[in-house]
Amino acid sequence: MAVVTPSRSRSRTQSRLKSRERTRKQTQQDDRWLHPVAWWAWAAGLAVAASTTTNPLLLIGLMVSAGVVVEMRKPVAPWARSFNFFVKLAILVVTIRVLAQVLIGAPGGTTTVVPMPGATLPDWLAGVRLGGDVMLEPLLGAFYDGLRLAAILVVVGAASSLASPARLLKSVPAAIYEIGVSVVVAATFLPQLVSDVARVRANRRLRGRSDSGLRGYGAAAMPVLHGAMDRSITLAAAMDSRGYGRAGHRSTAERNLSAGVLLAGLLFATIGAYGLLGTGAATWWGPTFIAFGVGFIILNMILAGRRSIRTRYRPNVWHASDVSTALIGAIVAGLFVAASNVSPSVMTPTVSPPTWPSLSLLSVVGLVIAMIPAFITPTPPKGAS
Amino acid sequence: MIEFDHVSFRYSPDGPMVLTDVNMSIAEGEFVLVVGSTGCGKSTLLGSINGLVPHFTGGYLSGEIRIAGRATSRYRPRDLADIVGMVPQDPLASFVTDTVEEELAYTMECLGIAPDVMRRRVEETLDLLGLEDLRDRPLRTLSGGQRQRVAIGAVMTAHPTVLVLDEPTSALDPGAAEEVLAALHRLVHDLGVTVVLAEHRLERVVQYADRVVALAGPNTPPMIGDPSTILAGATIAPPVVHLARTVGWDPMPITIRDARRRAEPLRQLLTGITPPVRVVPESSTIASMRDLVIRYPEVMALKGVDLSIRRGEIVALMGRNGAGKSSLLHALVGAAEPAAGNVSIDGHDPRSLSGPDLVHHIGLVPQEPGDLLEANTVFEECTASDRDAGAPAGTTRAIVALLAPEILDTTHPRDLSEGQRLLLALAIVLAARPPLICLDEPTRGLDYHTKQRLTEIVTDLANAGHAIVLATHDVELTAELATRVVILADGEIVADGSTVDITTSSPMFAPQVAKVLAPARWLTVDQVRTALGTHAREDSA
Repeated sequence: MAVVTPSRSRSRTQSRLKSRERTRKQTQQDDRWLHPVAWWAWAAGLAVAASTTTNPLLLIGLMVSAGVVVEMRKPVAPWARSFNFFVKLAILVVTIRVLAQVLIGAPGGTTTVVPMPGATLPDWLAGVRLGGDVMLEPLLGAFYDGLRLAAILVVVGAASSLASPARLLKSVPAAIYEIGVSVVVAATFLPQLVSDVARVRANRRLRGRSDSGLRGYGAAAMPVLHGAMDRSITLAAAMDSRGYGRAGHRSTAERNLSAGVLLAGLLFATIGAYGLLGTGAATWWGPTFIAFGVGFIILNMILAGRRSIRTRYRPNVWHASDVSTALIGAIVAGLFVAASNVSPSVMTPTVSPPTWPSLSLLSVVGLVIAMIPAFITPTPPKGAS
Repeated sequence: MIEFDHVSFRYSPDGPMVLTDVNMSIAEGEFVLVVGSTGCGKSTLLGSINGLVPHFTGGYLSGEIRIAGRATSRYRPRDLADIVGMVPQDPLASFVTDTVEEELAYTMECLGIAPDVMRRRVEETLDLLGLEDLRDRPLRTLSGGQRQRVAIGAVMTAHPTVLVLDEPTSALDPGAAEEVLAALHRLVHDLGVTVVLAEHRLERVVQYADRVVALAGPNTPPMIGDPSTILAGATIAPPVVHLARTVGWDPMPITIRDARRRAEPLRQLLTGITPPVRVVPESSTIASMRDLVIRYPEVMALKGVDLSIRRGEIVALMGRNGAGKSSLLHALVGAAEPAAGNVSIDGHDPRSLSGPDLVHHIGLVPQEPGDLLEANTVFEECTASDRDAGAPAGTTRAIVALLAPEILDTTHPRDLSEGQRLLLALAIVLAARPPLICLDEPTRGLDYHTKQRLTEIVTDLANAGHAIVLATHDVELTAELATRVVILADGEIVADGSTVDITTSSPMFAPQVAKVLAPARWLTVDQVRTALGTHAREDSA
């Protein structure tokens, strides 16, 4: 390694820094992480849209839209593979919902699809019906219902494979940053634990044991837990020596204020929740109190966050495409809500008698808009983050 | 910069003193080396500098430690993070984030440094430590030397005036250790950082040190002074110092350069004498591998390896971190499935052997000996071992008594020192009397005493007809012990030959004695001592 004098090394660093800045600006248009909150806002919009309808064409449309965006903007990273997992989960949900209808669903409908023997359990077993002819109408109802849940799962899966969890942590409010760190650290410990179990089990063979299966796992537990404990302590000591949890000075008055605000927020939210759910009738004050409660809690977070002296290295920035992506989520949700007011028969097609689902202009426009992020967002950088 | 004012420390009020009356003052820009045998309080001393001891560990500390005027009794470790940069022993376990760039910024984020300053410092540090090509790499994928440099960089970005490092090179191959030490050297000379460093591998670091703190064990105050004075009297010393003592050089040379200047008469004296070496008698092959290929999902760990090992041989496997040493050992015990080629131990395919059969053919002490231990006391561990090995009751305990007589029956295996744990694991492996014994990185974190004992034990085993395979980075251990050296690079064998041939042909793998006495092919102080002894007798006769 060449030894350079400090002054030379500094000037070299600066010129290199400038050239790096330049290249970064040039490539910014094509190579950038979209703000993770933008992806989640987009996904939340799509999820709201999915919850307003049972129309299978629209639900499948939403899933396709989400799939297209994932296909176009999926980064190369381990967590980006979660979309496949969510798709499989969605298929499982639909299957279970339909099977449950066939086996123990409530009777109804007039069109028999598959004749099947059935039995009704005696009254002391709640009179549940088992099997019986498979009828078209309840079957369709179950299918639509399952599809709606599946669409929401797929949309959530899309966001989790598009938005980097580490980058999402950067956008967590300062007041709950500590909790965020714990979650991330725990997430990195899990894969480590799995490889520990494999290693310890392999070493048991070296001691001359052949017991595999459950007993093997049981005996591996102790060394693995010891190892995990040691690692946690090491990590905690390292974080402490690197300044984690360093706090600015806060007076007693400030502490009391932020505690009081939090208490008020929780109180309002509780009363509001009672007003909304407990009285059985819609009240004007339920939502109002909830709004106040949430307001106070946010205020407390701001107050508590002020005490944190942390700064953020290269924080996520909102560019035009990030804002548009988040807005697109809201627009899609808005269009679907509007459509369910304008043409409820399209959004919730009747199943008895079964009708062929149709489409309305508003919802189709929503589907197309939902796909736009696939084209307006920057491609994620190569290499992991 | 750092002041220790009559500091004593113990973990419990009636326990032994771990630190006893430490009294010293370290000036700005000084490079201080902390030495001592395993478990004598090196890590405790280092931890006390940034307040981890006693704030994090608990315990009773008397006296006062001041860092740049701040007393550690009133400042917690996090409040000293801007002055003291602490680099822990295992970098990977102490990384908080998951990429190089984020890790470099983490300390600064905690300290609340302005974003534009952070940007600049990260770039400077990437350049200073030669990490610029790694900036987006996930930390898990880095090599040992790279990890260590990232760990140093991660605390350097906060511009601390004191850098504390706990065994930064013990887990590294000689090349990576050079890399890390060169980076450190640069920090000391370019930026005037005060460095306090603990290390077992004295031969790697002693030439950089301005002062040495030698910890002597419980209830004894440490010796503090300049390296040659301290090492002249210390039992823990690098081979070059032992050589100087044998020959009677005074003042004591510390570096190869000093020793070489003094060694001319010794080289003359030794001319014409052939260094004595242990010769392995003709014996049968115990293990062989042919065209062995091991493939993991991401990498080819071994690419067609041919190797056969005879009874009585001590084979040292050397090479960079990740060159395939551990994979080769795993293949020998049948823990890795060959993608091509085959392995044969004692005429058996190790993968076809179940646990109880396997231990009678081959034993492996893994890199983390604790992985092999699972009972609550040493005694239970030994009883379980006898049962596993099908040996008469008491066999393992007898071996433990032989290898490490100070280990007590009632101790929990996790409370043993690193070296004792290794010897206990070795005793368990020996209980089944396997003809082939493998040791993976046995000297990581071992002091010279335990290393010496291990050397004797392994030599005895080889003389009794066992074959030994060691995967190691320790060139001194290889020189002392091995009869044959196999060097792996990128999954292939690049050199295979007698210890003398291999170690004297490359400066990277040469022990200190060989460097001092080159071009003659002496490897160890013992060889020189033996030769001088016989020589002197011949003279008088």
